[in-house]
Amino acid sequence: MSRVCFEGVTKRFGDVVAVDDLRLEVADREFLVLVGPSGCGKTTVLRLVAGLDEPDAGLIHIGDRLVNGVEPKDRDVAMVFQSYALYPHMTVRRNMEFPLRTRRVPKEERARLVGEAAETLGLVDLLGRRPSQLSGGQRQRVALGRAIVRRPAVFLMDEPLSNLDAKLRAQTRAELIELHRRLQTTVLYVTHDQVEAMTMGSRIAVMDRGALQQVGRPQEVYERPANVFVAQFIGSPPTNLVRGSVEREGETLVVRVPGGVVPLTPDRAAVVSERSLAEVLVGVRPEHLAVDAGPVAATVRVVVSLGHERQGVFALDDGQLVVARMATDGPGLREGARVQLMARPEHVHLFDPATGTRLG
Amino acid sequence: MMDATGGTPTAREAAYRRHGLFSRARVREWLYGLALLSPSFALFAVFTFYPLVKGAYLGLYRSDPFGLHRVFIGFDQYLHVLRSGGFQSSLGVTFWFAVYTVPAGLVLGLALALLAHQRLRGMIIYRAVFSSTLASSVAVASVMWLTLLNPSVGILNYGLRESGVGAIQWLNDPRWALLAVSLTTTWLNLSFTFIVLLAGLQTIPEQMYESAKIDGAGAWSRFRNVTLPMLSPTIFFSLVVLTIRAFESFGQIDILTQGGPLKRTNVIVYSIYTEAFKNFNEGVAAAQAIFLFLIILVLTLVQFRFLERRVFYGS
Amino acid sequence: MARRVVPAIRPAGSRRRVLVRVGQYALLTLAAALILVPVYFSVVDSLLPPEKIFAYPPALWITHPQWDTYRRAFETGSLGRYLVNSFAVSAVITAGQVFTSILAAYAFAFLRFPLRNFLFLVFLTTLMVPAEVTIIPNYHTVATLGWLDSYQGLTVPFLATAFGTFLLRQAFLTVPRDLRDAAAIDGYGHLGFVWRVVVPLSRPVIASLAVFSFLMAWNQYLWPLLITNSDEYRTVQIGLKTLVSQNLDQFNVVMAGTVVAAIPMFLLLVLFQRHLVRGLTAGAIKG
Repeated sequence: MSRVCFEGVTKRFGDVVAVDDLRLEVADREFLVLVGPSGCGKTTVLRLVAGLDEPDAGLIHIGDRLVNGVEPKDRDVAMVFQSYALYPHMTVRRNMEFPLRTRRVPKEERARLVGEAAETLGLVDLLGRRPSQLSGGQRQRVALGRAIVRRPAVFLMDEPLSNLDAKLRAQTRAELIELHRRLQTTVLYVTHDQVEAMTMGSRIAVMDRGALQQVGRPQEVYERPANVFVAQFIGSPPTNLVRGSVEREGETLVVRVPGGVVPLTPDRAAVVSERSLAEVLVGVRPEHLAVDAGPVAATVRVVVSLGHERQGVFALDDGQLVVARMATDGPGLREGARVQLMARPEHVHLFDPATGTRLG
Repeated sequence: MMDATGGTPTAREAAYRRHGLFSRARVREWLYGLALLSPSFALFAVFTFYPLVKGAYLGLYRSDPFGLHRVFIGFDQYLHVLRSGGFQSSLGVTFWFAVYTVPAGLVLGLALALLAHQRLRGMIIYRAVFSSTLASSVAVASVMWLTLLNPSVGILNYGLRESGVGAIQWLNDPRWALLAVSLTTTWLNLSFTFIVLLAGLQTIPEQMYESAKIDGAGAWSRFRNVTLPMLSPTIFFSLVVLTIRAFESFGQIDILTQGGPLKRTNVIVYSIYTEAFKNFNEGVAAAQAIFLFLIILVLTLVQFRFLERRVFYGS
Repeated sequence: MARRVVPAIRPAGSRRRVLVRVGQYALLTLAAALILVPVYFSVVDSLLPPEKIFAYPPALWITHPQWDTYRRAFETGSLGRYLVNSFAVSAVITAGQVFTSILAAYAFAFLRFPLRNFLFLVFLTTLMVPAEVTIIPNYHTVATLGWLDSYQGLTVPFLATAFGTFLLRQAFLTVPRDLRDAAAIDGYGHLGFVWRVVVPLSRPVIASLAVFSFLMAWNQYLWPLLITNSDEYRTVQIGLKTLVSQNLDQFNVVMAGTVVAAIPMFLLLVLFQRHLVRGLTAGAIKG
């Protein structure tokens, strides 16, 4: 059992609240990705689990054990650092052995464990080299090797791919997923890259300014963002948000936005009327915005082609800009042309303008 | 693992839930830090700070010639020392000693550094030779120069006689003794200045010279407009260090002249030494030491301030 | 026109370049010769036969070297003992300074504790108090401890160094903090981290400090002069002074002693010049 459980964990640095009352459980053998912009407190969460920092309040359990006040070395965790934190004066073998030496693992056993890890990661030929003689990707694998050689209960990974170039990053991402499948160990993985989050996590936890925003399977978070922050942070380009006023139209409610009205499904309308909101924020992802015979009028500003798709920027009647992703084979759009925008009802998200939380 | 708060797991959980851990780890880090500093700190306390205060205190007293009684004089003793002819003359001697040794040391050191800052075959040997006086202690240098300065069979006077100038009583003539000591000191300091200035020269980017060349600057103009401004922080550092060294000089005086003739080489430290350990005039010596401290303090502060700003004229 | 000028300039230019080069070497050699004058004549004098030491004109070179002088230098005084003392004292001071500086520098670079910046400032202020200022009370302290004429008296007051602490702190600050965290997770406490990671990574700077400390300790003059009275504890610097005052009539022996006293530092300089340069220039270049 190696779940990780946070109960009301808070960490302050001076006046800054780095982690605010975090409640989260990482299940045994889960690959949970903590994602958020830089400075959101996600790395602090890792450091709290590792024991490199101590929480100001709250409990952290690893497995069934309360680890508050337990030394990092006694927590049975391994950490992969963004900088890799390889010891520059040691060979790859010594680097990987280092955590075993303090644990007084006998020599033959050490050699066997290092050998296995090196085999797994394709480092066998590099064991005699120093970190300075390795490429970025190789260093990254040595850092991984140093973590897996100990067979810890929990892996903590702090942006392990951010120092790799784009091509290598994609490849290593796949390797990490494969590694997790093979080792069957709990992984807590921190990144600011939403693509990593979406592709790697069995669940993702989105953080902002020290507070947990949403936890869920990637698809769930994508489809039902809990608030404005998540809607804009997950997805690229970010979700279009437009403020509109709630109006009654016959039997049902609609939202009037510049250039048109957006109809509401009955259940959404019920939520809105229940809260008696006069205004709401309407969110539509760029990939869900279609240039079609929709209800909202807009003017074409710019259309750029990315090769596999086009992105169009449209101005609503009050000048606000919205973005749409479109297929390359659609109709040509001239700058300045008037178009009608539409989105399917299930793709329209509503948020409370005061709190930013999801409605319905 | 034992816990910090003690008690049953539930009590422990409750404690953490409320306050977190004010943390045993953090307190341990404090203690660790202070423990690591303690050896150095204890030594500084006993051999630097305590004696500084004690010295200032001793300066308030006058001891009788046998060191048996101490009479309280108070701050008047400091005033008295400051007004005394003996101390003023030591200050003057030290001042002139600095005037003789510092600029000469800088100019010669810079000349050597410029000579050695070229890519020439065999330069490594010249650099080694120019660095060699560093291997001499003050005692070694003084004894070497003692023979060179010997009035009858020394090589310096041999040269002077042969060239018709005539012999000089280097160490016995009040007009020459300080100069002779300064000569020894300048030689002794040469390698230090050379090494520091050469290292400074080597940090000046080659492109600055190249761009100056393209701008049509000649060798002198490059020296004036690139080398000197870029090197000025290093020169300043050497200047302060050499000045501090001049004020701290003792060994060469002790071996070459013992402060004489006619106290013409009685620099401050030598004066402190003789007052305290030869004349048993400890209070006066302690007061002089405090004045020396103040002088060095000012010089060091100037140096710190400067290093802090790390002024580079030019880009 | 260009075609005519170019071949005309070439030989003139290269002749000029040769002249410049010759001039450079001449200046370099002249400077080197002048610097070596005291050393050269010390060696010459040390090899003179006794009857020639007061001859005039003085010997400018050596015709019949008397190597025997060196044996006599060791026999007349306690030169051997002085050298051993100097080695022992310098080695202890060097080891002590390196040790205390590593500890203090690690604390300043890696640990958080109250008053850290203030304490660092306190360390730096010791740089403003030269040993010459504190000799009188220190003499009393050492006398009270019964350390006059002892190795403790020669070494203990110098076992800590703010300069060394500062130098090493600068080096330690370049060791990434992530390495500390990684080592903590890997199971190493502060001492294990210092010993296995920080020290190996800072080896060049530590070597600089060691060489620098050794040189400074070896060259000490005023303090050993004050607190040593017997040949048993005199260092070679004070021994030289004794040698001079006792053997003014045979300065070939004195010069032999001087040469012997200079050789260890000369070797140190030759072997560790790079490290020494770093120590000497630490204040000047990097600030």
